[in-house]
Amino acid sequence: MKFLRDQVDKLKPTFSEGGKLSFLHSTFDALETFLFVPNHTTHSGGHIRDGIDLKRTMFIVVIALLPALMFGMWNLGYQFHRATGMEVSLFENFWYGMLQTLPIIIVSYGVGLGIEMAFAQFKGHPVNEGFLVTGLLIPMVMPADVPLWMVGLATAFAVVIGKEVFGGTGMNLLNPALTARMFLYIGYTPEMSGDKCWVPIADGVATVDGYSGATTLGNVGVASSNGTPWSDSLLSWGTSISDSIMGTIPGSIAETSVIAILLGAVILIVTGVGSWKIMLSTVIGALFMGGILNLAGGNAWYDMPAWYHLVIGGFMFGTVFMTTDPVSAAQTERGKWIYGFFIGLLTVLIRVYNPGYPEGIMMAILLMNVFAPLIDYRVIQSNIKTRLNRVKA
Amino acid sequence: MGQNIKIKRGLDINLEGSPSNDIYSVNSPATFAIKPTDIKGLVPKMNVKQGDEVKAGDCLFTDKKNERICFTAPVSGEIAEVVRGDRRAILAVKILADSKVSFKSFDTSGYETKSADELKELLLTSGLWPFIVQRPFGVLADPSVTPKAIHVSGFDSAPLAADVSITLKGEEANIKAGFEVLKKLTSGKVHLNLHSAKDSSVYAAVEGVERNDFSGPHPSGLVGVQINKIDPINKGEVVWTLKPQHVAFIGKFFETGNLNLEQTIAVAGSEVSKPGYYTTIVGADVSGLLANNLLSDNVRVISGNVLTGTKILKNGYLGMHDTQISVIPEGDHYELLGWLFPSYPRPTISSTFPIFKFLKKTFKANTNPHGEHRAYVVTGQYEKVMPMDIMPQQLIKSIIAKDLEQMENLGIYEVIEEDMALCEFVCTSKIDVQRVLSEGLELMAEES
Repeated sequence: MKFLRDQVDKLKPTFSEGGKLSFLHSTFDALETFLFVPNHTTHSGGHIRDGIDLKRTMFIVVIALLPALMFGMWNLGYQFHRATGMEVSLFENFWYGMLQTLPIIIVSYGVGLGIEMAFAQFKGHPVNEGFLVTGLLIPMVMPADVPLWMVGLATAFAVVIGKEVFGGTGMNLLNPALTARMFLYIGYTPEMSGDKCWVPIADGVATVDGYSGATTLGNVGVASSNGTPWSDSLLSWGTSISDSIMGTIPGSIAETSVIAILLGAVILIVTGVGSWKIMLSTVIGALFMGGILNLAGGNAWYDMPAWYHLVIGGFMFGTVFMTTDPVSAAQTERGKWIYGFFIGLLTVLIRVYNPGYPEGIMMAILLMNVFAPLIDYRVIQSNIKTRLNRVKA
Repeated sequence: MGQNIKIKRGLDINLEGSPSNDIYSVNSPATFAIKPTDIKGLVPKMNVKQGDEVKAGDCLFTDKKNERICFTAPVSGEIAEVVRGDRRAILAVKILADSKVSFKSFDTSGYETKSADELKELLLTSGLWPFIVQRPFGVLADPSVTPKAIHVSGFDSAPLAADVSITLKGEEANIKAGFEVLKKLTSGKVHLNLHSAKDSSVYAAVEGVERNDFSGPHPSGLVGVQINKIDPINKGEVVWTLKPQHVAFIGKFFETGNLNLEQTIAVAGSEVSKPGYYTTIVGADVSGLLANNLLSDNVRVISGNVLTGTKILKNGYLGMHDTQISVIPEGDHYELLGWLFPSYPRPTISSTFPIFKFLKKTFKANTNPHGEHRAYVVTGQYEKVMPMDIMPQQLIKSIIAKDLEQMENLGIYEVIEEDMALCEFVCTSKIDVQRVLSEGLELMAEES
């Protein structure tokens, strides 16, 4: 440790003000504080502080994302080999998926951190740890077939327009990772939806008979428009609902496995890093709306059992990792219940009533991101009102 | 009848070196200092100069805004130095003490029958007045107002705090007399707030006050929390608070006619070799207390507790209102990947450190903040240690935005810095909550 510290101390003047590489000051600082917790001491107020900091908090989220990411990599290989009729080992499936996914992750981190560090240097503040999570979330919600330049473009959009224009981490209105996905969805719809994008199969590669890369959400949407009644055969090609829970279905890279995502949820909840209130209320909201539609009945969407909404599409991923972003979510404790409930409710509503766009959770979260300050405002007003009433009494 | 109140949201930070029950005696310190900086917003007007001889109870300086408020010498002796800082602001008035204290005598005979104004006059001239803290804002009490209530927190729940059943043992009669005086200063009630699990026998003789029983962790002992639960402060209302030690000072003064500020304080912390109780006097040089009593050299000496106290030097002076000295190690060292793999235990409320949170009992905490300052990201954290009906993060944000109306709406009149010290402790983004709140309070005080 002493040796490492000495090396860092030797390099430090080069990057400090007046040094040759002072334009990389923020970057150096970020790396230094990653390696060493600084030797600062408290100087005002309390003399001792809790051991927790933002680095550790963000790192916990990254760990919570890993099961879903690992599974997603494997599933990518599995889906490819299933579609092309090849029998390969678990490792080969994983290796195939990893090779598909790593470039996307590298582009996302490279572009995002580059911009973050440039902004930090320009504005003279330290690099914030938030992008460690955002930079991983972006690849995880991409279809595997997405071109890398789109990933780069979307990441740049999310960081600059989604975050920095609002003042950087902590000030943003919208969830940056979803901002990136939304940007691509609206700008490049064909590449981001339909049957082809989830499992990358090059032209000319033969697929097995009857193969379809369509997702459950897509199938149910089509069935509803055509008046086909609900049945389990509408689940994506050759799968059952337990496959949806397991995650062996096509979809965005890491969104498919309910089990892997729930593992992440357990990590977030046990460590207190993610809000269980939001997760629970989102689930309740979806079941509530799904239940009402079940009672009404009518087409395939209406008749699909309400709990299916929880395990198909990106619902679980969004609920566990996207709704719980503390910056874009409601910030008051009571507000969190309302925020989550409406995300769940809106997700189901959008899925069922929007024929053009089958996945609702992304829109629902972004919409509620916009409404979160309003929810907080109402909650704060009720606290203020109690105080004012006290004077009157 | 008083109320029974259970504090649920809070945190007891258990630090190493809590005071043993022994009372140690050390030689009486050679110098004393009264520091105007101990009182928020005080601009002193000097009454003495270097070389003057004073008796215990002689006025050293007054408050420029209200010259009736005297700050008096805690001991007799010679004015050794008037320490000045930037722009000649007075930082301390040092007294070289006589070997035997001689007291200025005040006529307090028959105080039981004196009027509130006569009592106030005696408190003002004797220098006891500054021990009364006025809310909102936590400032010097204004002698021209009559507060709606006076609150005394009968216990201290802060880390390493002194136990009143030891520090106030033998002061029972003085405490009783002190409360008799306080009762005349308010039109409302005098509240004596006690902890159901702590020994309150020193208050047994006190009569005619409202006794409220609290239970639960820190900050149950903070008078601000207690006021919020019992009878919160609304806009335009004024409440006074005192520490029990200072009630005893008042009682002793009216019983004897002399200003005797001798008190027993706790000297504690992981770096103290004999943590325990020590008898000393307000404003004393602490070097006598710490001589041969420190386990290491690189330490922070705090007058007060680790959450709200003031950093002082090893030969610094005990703060005017403080009843404990805490000594903890400095944390001025780098820690390799410390955020990921902490190399030593540290107190926390975060479940991301399950071993420290759930298994470890006491901590040797140092002054490293364990991370750097960041914008607000995490939410719902302050609420876990804030038992008052106040939205802490929103209040702090309104102060950062300098939104006066919102600060008022969110209850800034009900809090002073110490009430939000735990929020600062738990903050993931390492926001200096107390400093921000202090700025907000100052802003509000200027406006009102």
